[in-house]
Amino acid sequence: MAIQSAPLNEPNRELERSLQRKQRTQLGGLLGPGLFWLIAFFALPLAVIVIYSFMTPGSTGRPELPFTLSNYGRLFTEKLFVNAYIRSLWMGFVTTLLCLLIGYPLALFVIQAPPRWRTVLLFLVLIPFWTNFLVRTYAWMVILQNNGLLNDLINWLGFPRQTLLNTDGAVLTGLIYGQLPFMVLPLYASIERFDFTLMEAASDLGADKRQAFLRIMLPLTMPGVAAGSVLVFIPTVGQFVVSDLLGGAKVDLLGNLLQRLFQRSNPPNWPLGSAMALIFMLVLTVGVIFYFRNTTEQNR
Amino acid sequence: MIETASPPRTAATPLVVQRRRSIAANLHAAFSIAAYVFLYAPILILVLFSFTTDAFGARLTGFTFNWYAQLLDDKRLVSATLNTLQVGIVSTIVSTALGTTMALAMERFRFRGRTGVDALLYLPVVIPEIVMALSLLAFFAFAFQILEGLFNISLRNGLATVIISHIAFSISFVVIVVRASLQGFDRRLEEAAQDLGANEWQTFWRVTFPIILPGIIGGALLAFTISLDDFVISFFTTGPGVNLLPIEVYSQVKRSITPKINAISTLMLLVSMTLVLLSQAVQRKR
Amino acid sequence: MSDGIAIDLRNVVKQFGEVKAVDHINMQIRDGEFFSMLGPSGCGKTTTLRMIAGFEYPSSGEIHLRGKPIGSTPAYERNVNTVFQSYALFPHMTVAENVAFGLQMKKVPQPAITQRVSEALDMVRLGSFGTRRPRQLSGGQQQRVALARALINHPEVLLLDEPLGALDLKLRKEMQIELKGLQERVGITFIYVTHDQEEALTMSDRIAVMERGKVLQIGSPTEIYERPTCRFVADFIGESNFIEGSVAATEERIGNDYGIAITTADGLTVRGVSPQPIKTGIAATLSLRPEKARLTLAEPPVGTANNFRVTVERVSYIGSDTRILVRLGQEMIVSVWEQNTRSTLDRDAYWQAGESGYLWWPAENALALTE
Repeated sequence: MAIQSAPLNEPNRELERSLQRKQRTQLGGLLGPGLFWLIAFFALPLAVIVIYSFMTPGSTGRPELPFTLSNYGRLFTEKLFVNAYIRSLWMGFVTTLLCLLIGYPLALFVIQAPPRWRTVLLFLVLIPFWTNFLVRTYAWMVILQNNGLLNDLINWLGFPRQTLLNTDGAVLTGLIYGQLPFMVLPLYASIERFDFTLMEAASDLGADKRQAFLRIMLPLTMPGVAAGSVLVFIPTVGQFVVSDLLGGAKVDLLGNLLQRLFQRSNPPNWPLGSAMALIFMLVLTVGVIFYFRNTTEQNR
Repeated sequence: MIETASPPRTAATPLVVQRRRSIAANLHAAFSIAAYVFLYAPILILVLFSFTTDAFGARLTGFTFNWYAQLLDDKRLVSATLNTLQVGIVSTIVSTALGTTMALAMERFRFRGRTGVDALLYLPVVIPEIVMALSLLAFFAFAFQILEGLFNISLRNGLATVIISHIAFSISFVVIVVRASLQGFDRRLEEAAQDLGANEWQTFWRVTFPIILPGIIGGALLAFTISLDDFVISFFTTGPGVNLLPIEVYSQVKRSITPKINAISTLMLLVSMTLVLLSQAVQRKR
Repeated sequence: MSDGIAIDLRNVVKQFGEVKAVDHINMQIRDGEFFSMLGPSGCGKTTTLRMIAGFEYPSSGEIHLRGKPIGSTPAYERNVNTVFQSYALFPHMTVAENVAFGLQMKKVPQPAITQRVSEALDMVRLGSFGTRRPRQLSGGQQQRVALARALINHPEVLLLDEPLGALDLKLRKEMQIELKGLQERVGITFIYVTHDQEEALTMSDRIAVMERGKVLQIGSPTEIYERPTCRFVADFIGESNFIEGSVAATEERIGNDYGIAITTADGLTVRGVSPQPIKTGIAATLSLRPEKARLTLAEPPVGTANNFRVTVERVSYIGSDTRILVRLGQEMIVSVWEQNTRSTLDRDAYWQAGESGYLWWPAENALALTE
């Protein structure tokens, strides 16, 4: 298997070439199949809806030629859609903010716990996340229904029963419940890297706790905040299960509209739905780039 | 909210300040415990109420296993469970194989377009499920149209399309887990094996593979869990006559709230939690 | 055709991108010798070792093992074994399985393997540890397993990459003696990489001092210490004073060397020796080791080549010796080491800052550096 080495002062080209060939076949074999699958069944489908978004809906709702920009036009002008965006974005922001307000102290609590407890406590945050999302949303239906636990409590306290289900509040609760672990994990990772002696230094220099937090800790854990926010915001804006089950027909978000456009309406409207999904994808791409920029900054 | 070590008690430190500090600490702890309650209460209530005798599942009026017994009689649920398991097993095997080889490629080789592949791998994790689901729906319809036109084969959505879709999103998760395992792997061990006479193939099977096996199993279990629990993508890629468990639960939930759903939900929760705990245990075994 | 040369490196270069980690080195390592490569981090010693092992291939140049070119043979086909800095024991195998690995690759029949593994473990005094796992062993024990695992294959050369770096001082010194004894018993060529000069001086038959990819000097420990050829070697091994000036005169020969006198910047005449003839007028640096100069209150004997009146600047008491910095002339600070041969607490017995004395040494103690 040994190759003739080149004369003393010349670089050993033949050896380099055969090594490169070997590496390339190995790489191809390892990377190829998975890459093929991802391209064929992930990237390609995305390309398909890009194309569909520029086509006209036929009588069965399926896309037909000619190509047109009218779908995009409708999305930006018709009240139904504009409202859906605004409501979805608003839901996303509020959910993200509340997740942050709950998640940050929670992550801090886990970090400051004695080391033996830390993994357990972190785990306890994550376990619910790994169970079925549908089931967990259903659990809130049970609690919030008219003769459910929460109303029982309200009644017992002397107030009349409230309609808790099928409200914005119910949807919000379900969303926060589902997305909280996504916020806690990156925050935890970021706070864990934080050097707490910096807080002592700040205190030594005269900062009170609030100032120390705002000026030292928060800026330095910003990568975690950014990552967590992106990981909460994006799925929240696009979800439809929670708003369907906890919001009923009254809460119309992006996800619900998308579902209707592709399946439930009579007739459906695939091109319009594709355009809607595409706009959403653009928002997503910006978010992912933002996420990447912040994670690479973390590796300073 | 920020805790540093409590100040030593000196005559100079007013009692009030000391007590205020531990009040803050207590509030923080109380808040965090409340957060944990918030996370687990719904699940516990769900489980608890699967045993109630109240037909609306709203109150705890008595204790019974009735609802669990009814599950077995529900033919739709049983067939849905079997289908879901089938999808889970097949998609796990394929996505684990594909994901492991991709992880090896990403960790061992430097090549142009590497960042592109990295981004492609991260997208399925970050993308909203509904966008992916709809794109698959559109894609399959498109593919079937072409197949019909060219070869006169008429296909519809069914188990196969669900399995294909599950593999597509599981690969990324397997890659993440196996890559983490590889990153902790000491490459000097491979050099040592080669130094002792093992060629590349032998080195992989006798040294590398056994050591990253827990990571691979962890990834497989994760992929299995995700497949079992998936709703959105299955919802849009399944076809008539093929029912899957999460979708079945969904349609029953939309009709009414009964403890029977609590029962099946409890079982699903148990399975998910067991799988995840197993996955973590296997990965920590080293 | 090997002429007792185990490893022959000819004009070996290793380039990583723009950087030449190994820059045209030529080395011949003899059969059965304990050969060390010594230098600061980044000098190329580890890269060179890895090329001999087969984990890297030279960008150009040749490597021969007992006369056969092996520069492009993969590691698993070379009859060379390595002891890694981090031991690299397989965590999922027992100690015995680790040690047996190389023999299994060679398809040695199982009964023979069992026999040889037990002998190898006995040789490193770990006979009863065969069923344990690496993580159950201490650092020193793991290292011995790594040794056994390598030596059991009877390699033609054993490569050791800073194997003692992770051990504490006392254990390190014990292992140095053990390793040297082992090498002498087994008779295999050892190629040893270290940045610890004391280690290299203690254990080696010959040392190659390297810096920035180049070999600066190869020689026995005595040769390297007493006869450094360049400033880096004189400075890296032990400590040295460097006296710079221009050659004023060549004087009589002393032994095999040429006596020279140089004039320093502030006009002092310093005498030393040079291994090669030197022309007058050119710049030269004399290397004077601190233990080779003497500082006394009394005048040195008549005829001493170098005799200077100096003042003590600073004194450091190290316990076994005293290190004194004296001012020579106007600019130079010279370091002198004296062994504390007397056991006394009397302050007057030790040098104090501000005192004056005579600094003197024979010409042959100051070596002119040739590079």
